[in-house]
Amino acid sequence: MARKDEPVIEVRGLKNSFGKQVVHEGLDIEVNRGEIFGVVGGSGTGKSVLMRSIIGLQVPDEGEVEVFGESMIGRDEEEAKHVRRRWGVLFQGGALFSTLTVAENIQVPIREYYPGIDQELQDEIAAYKISMSGLASDAGAKYPSELSGGMRKRAGIARALALDPELLFLDEPTAGLDPIGAAAFDQLILELRDALGLTVFLITHDLDTLYAICDRIAVIADRKVVAVGTIPELLALDHEWIQEYFRGPRGHAAANRVNEKAEV
Amino acid sequence: MSVASDFSRNVEEGRCVLKFSGNLTILRVRKLSEQLNEIDADDLTVDLSDVDRMDTVGAWLVHKLQRDRGAKIVGANKEQKLLIEHVTQADQPMKVKREYESPLIRVLGQVGASAKIVFATLFGLLGFFGSLLISTLNIIRHPRRLRINAIAQQFEVVGVHALFIIGLMTFLVGIVIAQQGAVQLRQFGVEALTVNLVGRSAMKELGVLMTAIMVAGRSGSAFAAQIGSMKLSEEVDAMRTIGVSPMEALVFPRVAATVLLMPLLGFYAAIMVIIGGGIFCWLSLNIPPVTYVQSIRDAVPMTDLWQTLVKAPVFGMIIAMAGCYQGMQVQGNAEEVGLRTTTAVVQGIFLVIVLDAFFAVFFTAIGWT
Repeated sequence: MARKDEPVIEVRGLKNSFGKQVVHEGLDIEVNRGEIFGVVGGSGTGKSVLMRSIIGLQVPDEGEVEVFGESMIGRDEEEAKHVRRRWGVLFQGGALFSTLTVAENIQVPIREYYPGIDQELQDEIAAYKISMSGLASDAGAKYPSELSGGMRKRAGIARALALDPELLFLDEPTAGLDPIGAAAFDQLILELRDALGLTVFLITHDLDTLYAICDRIAVIADRKVVAVGTIPELLALDHEWIQEYFRGPRGHAAANRVNEKAEV
Repeated sequence: MSVASDFSRNVEEGRCVLKFSGNLTILRVRKLSEQLNEIDADDLTVDLSDVDRMDTVGAWLVHKLQRDRGAKIVGANKEQKLLIEHVTQADQPMKVKREYESPLIRVLGQVGASAKIVFATLFGLLGFFGSLLISTLNIIRHPRRLRINAIAQQFEVVGVHALFIIGLMTFLVGIVIAQQGAVQLRQFGVEALTVNLVGRSAMKELGVLMTAIMVAGRSGSAFAAQIGSMKLSEEVDAMRTIGVSPMEALVFPRVAATVLLMPLLGFYAAIMVIIGGGIFCWLSLNIPPVTYVQSIRDAVPMTDLWQTLVKAPVFGMIIAMAGCYQGMQVQGNAEEVGLRTTTAVVQGIFLVIVLDAFFAVFFTAIGWT
């Protein structure tokens, strides 16, 4: 068990490369318990690759990855499972199993890790997870192909939350959602974090999301993390990309919206 | 007990007090849920003061006690209260199961749905054939829209790459036919007629049928999968938006290539059957190749070759159309691509064999026996 003050995720000296193309080199990151940690960076800077390295879908060339204080590199599958059930992952497109209904999707991790829970209780669990994720009451019986993009993401969250994880990975959760849906989704993440005491690792391009819910933000550029901090801290830095990112027209608009909301 | 969640039962002031301790999490709920169901006392009080950790599943159990049995909750700390509150909020009437149908109705429904699909497919194929004809006419009127490169590429994939497997398969079939035929004909003392058997069956049926089956398996399925995945990634829609007709760009080259190549492949296959049979006759029946070729020329009338050459393009058309049509029907998810691909092959082969029967009757009627 990780101690309370220990970082939930700790990445040191990470190196990832595909052929001759080096994506990360000497990348360090620390995510603390209970925070919503945003990761930003230009397209192709390897944000998703970083997430995949942490959750073990991509074996890095070099470096150390610790989650909950346990090393994730070179672990055998059985041992890794114990750590794995303490986190949930939402992939970009939701990645729901297309042959199962939403409720069955949510029950897959439950069955895998806790066999023997009777069907009735499983259905109840699926039902309240679906409700918590803000889906309509008939969504549980539907197949993913019958859902809209936003609903699919919510169903993906419901599945990621199936085992009551302590840590939630979200890969561009608001991409492809309309502004209303995206704002509602931000709110959902915030609520779930507060209610369930989650730590959230969030990859996003959405400036509104960054302003609205992230406690700290890491900026990836030049193959490593160039800065970590709150938005005011990042704005105080003299880094070309960061300035352009947050001070650009869209950055301004997002900041204004958040300020207006704060005043109201 | 330290980690495991357990509970004790006491009666205090006429209420049954359930005092939980340890972890109230998903790990323990199976046992707990059963034990809780066995308690039939009214006026429950749930004491959570000794609970270390509670997750939503634990909170759900507590919430259910509260909802169904009117239990009173005491000793919950702030986080636990919040969690129970959240779970309570999430307790809405939810549908998680598909509607139940009785098996009889389901089977009836499936029969009906299949029948509908059969008619819809026939109707759809007819419509597809129509729009193919229209785009053919369009291409004839505007020859610049003919995509020579695409057709040439399909020639390679459908024809050249299939030569080895079709050749090997039909060669082996030739040997088998000659061997089996020889065994039967020997009983009547007309072993030499093996040559007629091999030659005529190869030219009339075997060559073209075996080719059709192989092309349906290799190319019909590939057409369905290619066009199907293009439909999924909206490439087909993008084409339409740009003003390129998918019928002209995707379907026509594939159908044209298959129609043009089937006679060649069919003839090649027939020759390979005859060669396979010839090898067997030479080695096993002592009929030298020169004599074999001479007897083949005597035995096989020209009309047999015409039959193959008439049937082959029609079969090619059917196979390519079934493949492209099924590909265009893909909607929704990746699973659909697999399903449609299977359907394309099954339909292609089925229609080819049905048509072959019609052809047999027709050719007999016009005297090409």
